Amino acid sequence: MTAGRASRKRWLWAAALTVYAFLYVPLAVVVLFSFNDSLLNAEWVGFTTRWYVTLFDDEQMLRAAGNSLFIALSAASAATVLGTMAGLAMHRWRSGFQRVLPFLVLTPVAMPEILLGVSLLIFFRQVLDLTLGLTSILLAHITFSIGFVAIVVRTSLAMQDESLFEAARDLGASPWQTFRRVTLPLILPAVLAGFLMSFTLSIDDFVITVFVAGVGVTTLPLQIYSMIKVAVSPEVNAVSTLLMALTLTLIALAAKLAPDALKGRA
Amino acid sequence: MALLDIRNVSRRFGDLKALDDVSLSIEAGEFFTLVGPSGCGKTTLLRIIAGFDDPDGGDLLLDGQSLAGMPPEKRPVHTVFQSYALFPHLTVAQNVAFPLQMAGKSESEIRSRVKETLELVHLTDKARQFPHELSGGQRQRVALARSLINNPRLLLLDEPLAALDARLRVQIQGELIALQREVGITFVFVTHSQEEALALSHRIAVMNEGRIVQIGAPEQIYSSPKNRFVADFIGTINLLSVDVREATSDHLRLHAAGLGEITSVPASGVAAGQRGAFALRPEQVNVVAPGDFQELDNHFHGTVRDHLYLGDVTLYKIALDNGVVLEALLTNSLPGCVRFLERGDPVGVGWRREAGVFLHD
Repeated sequence: MTAGRASRKRWLWAAALTVYAFLYVPLAVVVLFSFNDSLLNAEWVGFTTRWYVTLFDDEQMLRAAGNSLFIALSAASAATVLGTMAGLAMHRWRSGFQRVLPFLVLTPVAMPEILLGVSLLIFFRQVLDLTLGLTSILLAHITFSIGFVAIVVRTSLAMQDESLFEAARDLGASPWQTFRRVTLPLILPAVLAGFLMSFTLSIDDFVITVFVAGVGVTTLPLQIYSMIKVAVSPEVNAVSTLLMALTLTLIALAAKLAPDALKGRA
Repeated sequence: MALLDIRNVSRRFGDLKALDDVSLSIEAGEFFTLVGPSGCGKTTLLRIIAGFDDPDGGDLLLDGQSLAGMPPEKRPVHTVFQSYALFPHLTVAQNVAFPLQMAGKSESEIRSRVKETLELVHLTDKARQFPHELSGGQRQRVALARSLINNPRLLLLDEPLAALDARLRVQIQGELIALQREVGITFVFVTHSQEEALALSHRIAVMNEGRIVQIGAPEQIYSSPKNRFVADFIGTINLLSVDVREATSDHLRLHAAGLGEITSVPASGVAAGQRGAFALRPEQVNVVAPGDFQELDNHFHGTVRDHLYLGDVTLYKIALDNGVVLEALLTNSLPGCVRFLERGDPVGVGWRREAGVFLHD
């Protein structure tokens, strides 16, 4: 009996380790070689930070990083405002045809990225006659982020005691005052988590950005891709490591702010 | 003029008539209770008064002014919610200050009023704490303070004692009565507990299936229930099936099948030939030695079937000769005077003609 449980436990550990290895060994290799004092990603020569120095001297790379940060900040801000509004609407309207609304908001989340990329490209060029560049990337990133914010905000609202909002109205608060003084403070962690998720999605996005970037404007993922077409230089390892660190930090922060929302409980 | 006039209010949810043509007047300064089983419409009526829901028909007048179309924040009506609905991100003082801030009062006025109100509910030392740091009873008092601070015309209380344990409930009942007397604000209290309704109210409206069945003072409702529903819902009661043999201005003569005749006091609207129930409270039933009926107008023989010792009182279940089981409540105030009866003991039961009421079907 006890032996059976012990062996089951060993198997469980082995399975878990395999999964984690599968997920994180490739990433660890990139991090490791970003500190390797060699031009080749083949064997460990010695520790160095010179690839990071090279990185910060690379003007193209810096411009791409600047673009990415600008787009991520702006897109995340806009998506947070719009997504929060969508989340509130989804929470409030739960009957009749209004039930379609959440579905429509969430579609971009589940849509294959390549499909979204193509349709956005057609929409921007054929319908809006927009010159592809910063604006089109920004609009595309807002589009795919709204749904994520809306899900997190709606989940948070669903967990609140509905009588809190009624109490605010009852005690003399207008709908706007109720939102400002009661609703927003209560869902703020979820709103911030939504912002961080949007930021992360935006700064990492490649597929959709490829379609709508046009020529002239480059983001960090596009820059990395263009560099590895030549060879995977240690510089790419370095920038990937930095990007990874940023993403992980933001995701951890978001998970701490809205633990239940990120588990996807509806 | 009544403070609140509810006129022919109806509310449907799909096929369900939550409120069916309800009319009722509440006077200023009253402690008015809506009582009924769950689903009787009492909470729907409260939500309509607060403005969270709109009636399908009828009107509500507060001080003679219609409340139709008026949003909750414009109504001088505040609510104490069952869950208390204290804002978790605000301190006790900030919670209590909320209605005054929404009303645009000055900082100095808010400070002094919050201080006063917290004193009123004995929570001055908790001002800087957050709701989750308080006990259930303290939260309840914060909710009361928050709803009272802006002097509403009407305070609605939605089962505010339901979440408290029995001891605390009795204590808070006392505090509620004292508080209502002190502030003089009209309370409309919703509960499913007939004990709370009897203990707290000036007047009670008993509701069932979206209608008001009876309105009256607690002692009226208790001693003269209008029908079987009220008799059964408020307190415990013995119901004997009877038909009316004779109805005069002097007395009622009722006949209970297999038992015999029951004499009762005259009642309006009762005529010979009617069928119904004779309702008798357990505390009105006297238990005596067989044959020793003294001056009791109605008396029967029976056998002790069961007894339930409750400390201050004992409830006896006594089977009568026709198989009907009568409950009798005897106080244990004078040990030795009330013999502790055993199962199977033959006894006599009786009551005076003034006790009990006839309810026709």
